[in-house]
Amino acid sequence: MSDKIIQITEMNKWFGDFQVLKNINLEVEKNKKIVVCGPSGSGKSTLIRCINRLEEHQQGSIVVDGNELTEDTKDIEKIRAEVGMVFQQFNLFPHLSILDNCTLAPIWVKKMPKKEAEDLALQHLEKVQISDQANKYPGQLSGGQQQRCAIARALCMEPKIMLFDEPTSALDPEMIKEVLDAMVNLAKAGMTMIVVTHEMGFAKEVADEVIFMDEGMIVERAETKEFFANPKSDRTKLFLSQIL
Amino acid sequence: MNKLNFLQPDKNNLNTYLYTGVILVALSIFIVFLNSFFNKDIIYFLPGSISFFLPLILGFIGLHLIRIDYSGLKFLDSINKNINTNNFNAFLSLLIVFVIIKSLPPLLSWFILDANIAGDSKDVCTGSGACWTYIKIWFNRFMYGMYPNAEQWRINLSFIALAFLGTIGFFATEKFKKYLTLYYVAVYPVIAFFFIFFFISGGPIFFDFSYGIIAAVISIIIGFFIPSKFKMYYFIIVPITLYILLKYVFFYEELIELGKLEALEWVETGAWGGLSLTFIVSFFCLIFCFPIGLFLSLGRRSDFPIIKYFSIGMIEFWRGVPLITVLFMSSVMFPMFLPEDMFIDKLVRVIIAISLFEAAYVAEVIRGGLQALPRGQYDAAKSLGMGYWKMHILVILPQALKLVIPGIANTFLALVKDTPLIFVVGLLEIVGMLNLAKTNPEWLGFAMEGYVFASVLFFIICYAMSKYSYNLEQKYKTER
Repeated sequence: MSDKIIQITEMNKWFGDFQVLKNINLEVEKNKKIVVCGPSGSGKSTLIRCINRLEEHQQGSIVVDGNELTEDTKDIEKIRAEVGMVFQQFNLFPHLSILDNCTLAPIWVKKMPKKEAEDLALQHLEKVQISDQANKYPGQLSGGQQQRCAIARALCMEPKIMLFDEPTSALDPEMIKEVLDAMVNLAKAGMTMIVVTHEMGFAKEVADEVIFMDEGMIVERAETKEFFANPKSDRTKLFLSQIL
Repeated sequence: MNKLNFLQPDKNNLNTYLYTGVILVALSIFIVFLNSFFNKDIIYFLPGSISFFLPLILGFIGLHLIRIDYSGLKFLDSINKNINTNNFNAFLSLLIVFVIIKSLPPLLSWFILDANIAGDSKDVCTGSGACWTYIKIWFNRFMYGMYPNAEQWRINLSFIALAFLGTIGFFATEKFKKYLTLYYVAVYPVIAFFFIFFFISGGPIFFDFSYGIIAAVISIIIGFFIPSKFKMYYFIIVPITLYILLKYVFFYEELIELGKLEALEWVETGAWGGLSLTFIVSFFCLIFCFPIGLFLSLGRRSDFPIIKYFSIGMIEFWRGVPLITVLFMSSVMFPMFLPEDMFIDKLVRVIIAISLFEAAYVAEVIRGGLQALPRGQYDAAKSLGMGYWKMHILVILPQALKLVIPGIANTFLALVKDTPLIFVVGLLEIVGMLNLAKTNPEWLGFAMEGYVFASVLFFIICYAMSKYSYNLEQKYKTER
């Protein structure tokens, strides 16, 4: 079936001499929600950064929506435009208002008319419930609001896949919920999502599958219930016992 | 009545302390004032060193006495808070006041009281002060250099027109605001060129240039109506074709006539000079060095080794050599490498040399701003599907340039003050003219007036620029 939107085979990646990702094989079907967890330094972030080629892999192949990511970077911008990403540090553009943050890429990358882009942006800002902040600057918003804006900004490109790189790790505890709510709504709307997170509650609620990574390898991949009910490897058991 | 303790003044005997203190401070200032303005030493009867330090000692004690916390008197409190917080600050404040009082009379006398401005020859300058007559007589030369007097209206008119066109942005309506950047980047420099090289020069220096300008203007105007898909090819092919057509086919004869502009006398650039030349050189160097520096700074961070090492080479080379040698080379060495029949005007060579030199500094300043941005900004821009140029123009440069406004202003000020060095190739802007004038046998001995005059002019220019940069900083300030 061609509904495998991401296909990673035999992928290896090094930072200098240090191998961060070892022999990664991963297939993600359309509309699936995958949570990636594991101890820090296990290569989770690097893995999803490879999916939109913010990091380059050295061996193996990554195919995103039928396009293989290789050295030949001619259409890499087109692929990235179809893969939204939300970062741990929000990375909003501080010199632009919230609305301009959201309309910048649609206008300049997708050549959307300004009016249309603003309507779309307001629609997505409404979904994450910060449309009343549209004319403020990122510096004037709380962390949770900034992260929701970052989600809206990524959605404005109407991506096929959304990648989340520890979206709640830099937030105060009381702001985590509002961001997770936005993500849950997004998941219910049927988006394909890969989420790197330590929020096991979120994983239990929305994930179809959970991937556990350690030392650059995928240690275990299982259906969510199965993963939490009876993890197979000892490493996973240890991790779960510590985090839950 | 409470007991007086002069070592620790307090609120209880406020008035006693206050009156004693104020009288002491006033007395100390009065002594210095008399000494400085009327040359009277009313404490001459004291031994030497004591009479010298007495005002300082009196004032110091006085300030100590009036240093009373929360006295309830607004004026006293504000003095105590600002200049009299402790013994050391009181001492410094007194010293500064005394230095000002001491230095006022000689300055006043040199600048105004004993200065001369009447008359039109050296003989009227008999006083011990400045001879402003010198500046008055030479004023025209200091402004316009050797430019013929009868033609100076051309410079004035050009500058007024350019100043007007330059400030047009402030008057633009909302509707035209979005074209302002284009105007300032593409149209305004071309108009400026046109004015400088056709109106001020009036001659065939930039003869070939006329075709270039006409081709560029026509192609930019038509360019607005070309679909963006073809723009890339359009802007490469059409200007060149137009240029060739204009030059060799259509208007050859007519443009030669036009280029001569026979109504205007040709003034070669060697005769330009004075403050107007300072403006011309600074203006074009500022315009050119910024984009060159911008590209060098981006090039230095490029992934392509050729571009990267070329940029590093350029930056390190131009930063590593003194400006004066660069100017000398541009005038003496550079023409040797040109074909026999090719001639580039001296002023143009100088402008190119200074632009490249300052571009290296601008490049490093901008690089500082680029490095201050977190990597996340690049990641976010890339993840939204932006390519290299979109990422830099829309996300990176607006933030980086905002950060380096003070640094760029710094470089630009240095550039303006570097322009006097063009004397090494025989171009005399204002300081060059001063040096020329001070060696005139008729007017020997007035170097001081000349340099003070030039300093004041440079200060006005530089202070205006620095104020403007500060305004820009405020304008683009957003919370991070």
